Amino acid sequence: MLSLIAQIGRTTIQQLAGMGRMFLFLLSAFAWVFRPPPRLRLIVEHIRTIGVDSLSVVLLSGVFTGMVLGLQGYYSLRKFNAESFLGSAVALSLLRELGPVLSAFMVTGRTGSAMAAELGSMKVTEQIDALYSMAINPIQYLVSPRIIAGLISMPLLTAIFDVVGIYGAYLIGVGLLGVSSGSYFAGMQSSVVFHDVWSGMLKSVSFGLIITWVCCYKGFHALPMATGVGQATTESVVLCFVLILVWDYFMTSVML
Amino acid sequence: MIRVVDLHKNFGRQEVLKGINLDVEAGKITTIIGGSGGGKTVLLKHLNALLLPDRGSVLVDGVDITKIGESALNNIRQKFGVLFQGAALLDSMTIYDNVAFPLREKTKLTETEIQKRVEQRLEQVGLVGAGYKYPAEVSGGMKKRAGLARALVMEPEIVLFDEPTTGLDPLLGKSIHQLIRKIHGTFGFTGVIVSHDIPEVFKISDRVAMLANGVIAEIGKTEEFVASQNPIVRQFVRGETEGPLTVL
Repeated sequence: MLSLIAQIGRTTIQQLAGMGRMFLFLLSAFAWVFRPPPRLRLIVEHIRTIGVDSLSVVLLSGVFTGMVLGLQGYYSLRKFNAESFLGSAVALSLLRELGPVLSAFMVTGRTGSAMAAELGSMKVTEQIDALYSMAINPIQYLVSPRIIAGLISMPLLTAIFDVVGIYGAYLIGVGLLGVSSGSYFAGMQSSVVFHDVWSGMLKSVSFGLIITWVCCYKGFHALPMATGVGQATTESVVLCFVLILVWDYFMTSVML
Repeated sequence: MIRVVDLHKNFGRQEVLKGINLDVEAGKITTIIGGSGGGKTVLLKHLNALLLPDRGSVLVDGVDITKIGESALNNIRQKFGVLFQGAALLDSMTIYDNVAFPLREKTKLTETEIQKRVEQRLEQVGLVGAGYKYPAEVSGGMKKRAGLARALVMEPEIVLFDEPTTGLDPLLGKSIHQLIRKIHGTFGFTGVIVSHDIPEVFKISDRVAMLANGVIAEIGKTEEFVASQNPIVRQFVRGETEGPLTVL
């Protein structure tokens, strides 16, 4: 019994220590943003990796999410003779929840995993040590630009996801199922307020932070062994998914 | 130039370094030999504070680098060049950019001056015309040469070599040793080599230290070291399985 309690205590302390290290890592990354030299070129490069390179997967998932919403929304609303509300239902669910969360999932899978693998591989092959030995802080060089790029790219990708999602639902609802185009957009116009857009964007910024922070941390602390990089990548993706959902709940409950 | 005093390092419960005392003389090449997994690389990484000790100190030009802040440490680190075991080239950059990297980051040289310096180093290590290739596109020997070019591009006072010939065939290994000797003749840096490539590494060493059981078991000028009657040194240098060193 005592050993069980001791084990629980040890595990708790380890988890808390791990969380502390993660927060210190984030603080250090932010502190390095403001120290010279500025890393604008690297930030732009990572915006390309996180933003532009994720565009195709975000477009594809956005349009199909919208199409499914159009289809499901139409059949649910028809039961109440409320098909004309399809535009509002799609726009609200995309702008407030599905857009930020699903585009964050896509970016985690597409870019976050690659980020963790790249940094993990750099750790295992001593490239991070090489940076230290050249008197270059690897957090400033490798982590801070990625976090800034994540904060910039994620809301833009979410906005694109929202727009193509709305048109995906339009394609099905208006083009295929006969909802009036005017009522689709008029409903949207009357029910969507700026707060809906703003809360979705705020969520996406925080998801951008979660993805880059978690994936960089896990890659940076990959174990120097053959399975280390794989383990870091898996852990980073799983942790990102969980944190995105948990954080989404808290943000929704605060901003509702 | 570098003085290691009573250095201890543990990883978990494993005691790797148990009180290392070592003096590295300026302008000379000191080689540290010892068995695989014996802590040679761990010791080397303490010399420019890539690892910090549990106890003891490392003095570089009289400054204890285990007790200074990041800014002061970075100033000290600029005295060092390091050739890592796998070369540790940044794989997102070409060989040229890897060699140019420290110059772009740490100096105010113009791109023309950088180009001149990089091409000079690439020529010195026999990599003329290979600068446009990425690390993944070249052989292990070429990577080591590129790593050496990068280590030397800032004209450091001290160069650390972590197993410079590991993973290379004997001819390539010999050529890397000759290159180190030749470049040492040109730049006159203080060199510390970690290796178990014996007797080849003796040809380029001024002094040799033997790391065994977490301590420096023997140190001396190369010729004195080779003639040492220390049973640990004799067993290791002759490659005997019987003796004071446990093989398995």
